[in-house]
Amino acid sequence: MSPAGSEGNAAPMAMTGYPGPAGRFGEFGGRFAPESLVAACVELEHAFAEAWADEGFHAELSSILRTYGGRPTPVTECARLSRQLGVRILLKREDLAHTGSHKLNNVIGQALLARRMGKTRLIAETGAGQHGVATATAAALFGQDCQVYMGEIDIHRQELNVFRMQLLGAEVTAVKSGSRTLKDAVNDALRDWVATCDTTYYCLGSVMGPHPYPWMVRELQSVIGNEAREQCRELLGGTDPDFVVACVGGGSNSAGTFAGFVSTGAKLVGVEAAGGAAITRGIPGVLHGMKSYILQDDDGQILEAESISAGLDYPGIGPEHSYLASIGRAVYETAGDEDVLEAFKLLSRTEGIIPALEPAHAVAWVAREAGRSIPEGATVLITMSGRGDKDVAQVQELLRGQ
Amino acid sequence: MGSDAGPLEEALRTKRAAGRKLLACYLVAGMSPDWLEALAAIEAEGADVIEVGIPFSDPLLDGPVIQEAGKRALLAGFTPGRVLADVGQSGCTVPLVAMTYYNILLRAGLERMAGRLVEAGIRGSIVADLSLEESGPWCEEAEAGGIENIMLVAPPTSVERAATIASMSRGFVYCVATMGVTGERVSLASSAAEVARKVTDVTDKPALVGIGVSTPAQASEVCSVADGVVVGSAIVRRLLDGEGPGGVGRFVAALRSAIDV
Ligand SMILES: Cc1ncc(COP(=O)(O)O)c(C=O)c1O
Repeated sequence: MSPAGSEGNAAPMAMTGYPGPAGRFGEFGGRFAPESLVAACVELEHAFAEAWADEGFHAELSSILRTYGGRPTPVTECARLSRQLGVRILLKREDLAHTGSHKLNNVIGQALLARRMGKTRLIAETGAGQHGVATATAAALFGQDCQVYMGEIDIHRQELNVFRMQLLGAEVTAVKSGSRTLKDAVNDALRDWVATCDTTYYCLGSVMGPHPYPWMVRELQSVIGNEAREQCRELLGGTDPDFVVACVGGGSNSAGTFAGFVSTGAKLVGVEAAGGAAITRGIPGVLHGMKSYILQDDDGQILEAESISAGLDYPGIGPEHSYLASIGRAVYETAGDEDVLEAFKLLSRTEGIIPALEPAHAVAWVAREAGRSIPEGATVLITMSGRGDKDVAQVQELLRGQ
Repeated sequence: MGSDAGPLEEALRTKRAAGRKLLACYLVAGMSPDWLEALAAIEAEGADVIEVGIPFSDPLLDGPVIQEAGKRALLAGFTPGRVLADVGQSGCTVPLVAMTYYNILLRAGLERMAGRLVEAGIRGSIVADLSLEESGPWCEEAEAGGIENIMLVAPPTSVERAATIASMSRGFVYCVATMGVTGERVSLASSAAEVARKVTDVTDKPALVGIGVSTPAQASEVCSVADGVVVGSAIVRRLLDGEGPGGVGRFVAALRSAIDV
C-alpha cells in the first residue's frame, strides 16, 4: 500500500456518503494541507467519526438544537409569492433558528466536539458575519475563548454583526491581506491554527477546507434536509418537491439541504453569486486544503469574487458540490446583484419575510426561472438560510443609490 | 533508497562529507527590482542551495513578511512564466529550488511544470501545501522530469510517517522547526532539535531545519543537530526594508561564518 496513493484507497462513495479516509468526493476534496496541519486534521477526523457514532453525542446535540437553537425550523408555504410566480413555493426557515441563520447547526456540533477534544479556544473565519456570530454564540454557551477572522471589507459592510460578536465576548480580528474578504479570512484562520492547533479548535464555517471538514460540516447541516424532506412529505401528501433550491457560498446550507433530497427525484439547484460562480466560471484547482472548482487566472492565482453578499463572496466551492455538478446530480446557477435586490424586496413584500442577501440569490433564481426552466405549477423548496436584519442597512444604502 | 540520489542530493551529500554545514537561503522572485542582484549576492556569500519563491495569491503557510514580498511580486507582474524566464537567465550556479503552492503547479499541468522548471535550470521543488497523501502525482512527474521534490517533516509528524516522508523526499528533508507560519522568531523553538533528531534517526539524506530560524546564532544552534539550515523571512525582510543586495549579502556572510566554525 503506497501512502501516497490516496486515490487508490478511497472508498467508493455513495452520493453524499462518507468520502473515505482520503476525503474524496470523486476527484474532488482531499487534504492539501501543510505537513504541520496534517496531524490536527487526522485528530479531528477521528474525533468526529467517534462522536458521530456515539448516541450520547447526537442526543446532546439535538437537545441543544431543540431547546436552545429553536429546531426544528418550520417549512412555510408562500401563498402570495406562489400566486405571483405561478409555482408552488415552500421555504425551509433557517432564518428562524437562533442567531438568524443555519450556521448554528454546524457550530453547536463543532463546539461540542471541541469540548470533547479538550480544546478551549475556538477560531473561525467569517464573511457575512453569520458564522462568526454563531461561533461566538456557541463559545459563550460553552465558556470557550473565541477569535473570529473577518476581512476588512466585510467588517465595514457587516458592522452590526461585528458588534454582535463583540457583545458575545469574541475577539474580532480584521484581515487586511489579499481581497480582504472571506477567502483571506480563511487564510488567516488557517495561519493561526498552524501555530495553535494543540489547544485551538478551528471551527470552519462551510463544507470546504481539508478533510474532514467538507464531510463533517455536511453531516452537521444535514439536519436541514432531513427535517425538510419529512415536512415536505407531510405538506405534499407524501411526495417530494420537484425542485430543491439553495444558495451556495462555500456550500453548507445547500449541502445540508441536498443531503435530505439526494435520493429523491427532486432537481437540486445551487445558486451562486454571479460574481463568485465557482462552478460556472471556475476550473478545478486547490485552495484552502481542498481540490474543487475555483475562480483562478491562467497562472493559477486565485481571483477575487465580487458580490453584494459577503457570505457568497468566495472564489471556491465545497468539493462535494463540484462532485455533484460533475455527475449531474445537482446543477449550479447564478444570480446577479440587481436581481438579488429585487428578490430581497419581493419576498419582504409578498410574504413578510426579509431574507438575508445570500438566500435572496435562491429566491432570485426561482423568480427568474418560474414558468421557464421551472414549469408552471411545479413545487419548489427554497432554503431560507438566514434572515435579512444584518443586510438591511447595506440594502438601504444600495436602494438609495439607485 | 539512498542510491537513487539526484544531483542536488549528491551535491549536498558531498559537501556534508567534507564537513561543511549546509546553508539554504530563500527569497521571493520579483519581490524587489533588485532581487536578481540579491540572488547573486546570496550565491557569492556561500549559500549551498537557493530557494526561489514563485509567488502565489494565497500563501497560507507564510507570515506577514513573505506575504508582503509575494504581494509586491504579483503586483509587479511576476507570473510563474516570468519568474522562470528570469531565473533561467540568472547564470546562478548554486543549486536552485522552486518553492510554491500546489495550485501553481496544477494549473500549468504537472508534467509541463516539471519541464519548465528543468528548462529554467531549477533542480528541486518544495510545495508548501502538498501533504504526503496528496503528493503522489507531483512526486511522479517531478521524478520523471528530473526535479528533486523536497518534502517536509513537522513537529507533530509521527516517527513512522517521518520515515515514509524521508524515503519519498529527494534532495534533502526539510525539518520544520516550529509550529506556525514562516517568520522571524526571537528564539529557536525547542521542537527544532526534536524534529531534526526524528529525521536523522530514520534517514541519512541531508536534513535541513527551517521556518523560524532567523539569526546567525540560531543557525549555528540548529547546525549542532542537523546538516544545515534554511533561512527565509530574515532575508526577505532585509530586502523589503531596502537593505538591498549589499545588506542581504552581509547577512548571508554572517550566517555562513556562524555555521562554518
Ligand atoms: C444566511 C447565509 N446563507 C448562506 C451563506 C453562505 O454559506 P454556505 O454556502 O456555506 O451556506 C451565509 C454565509 O455567510 C449566510 O450567512
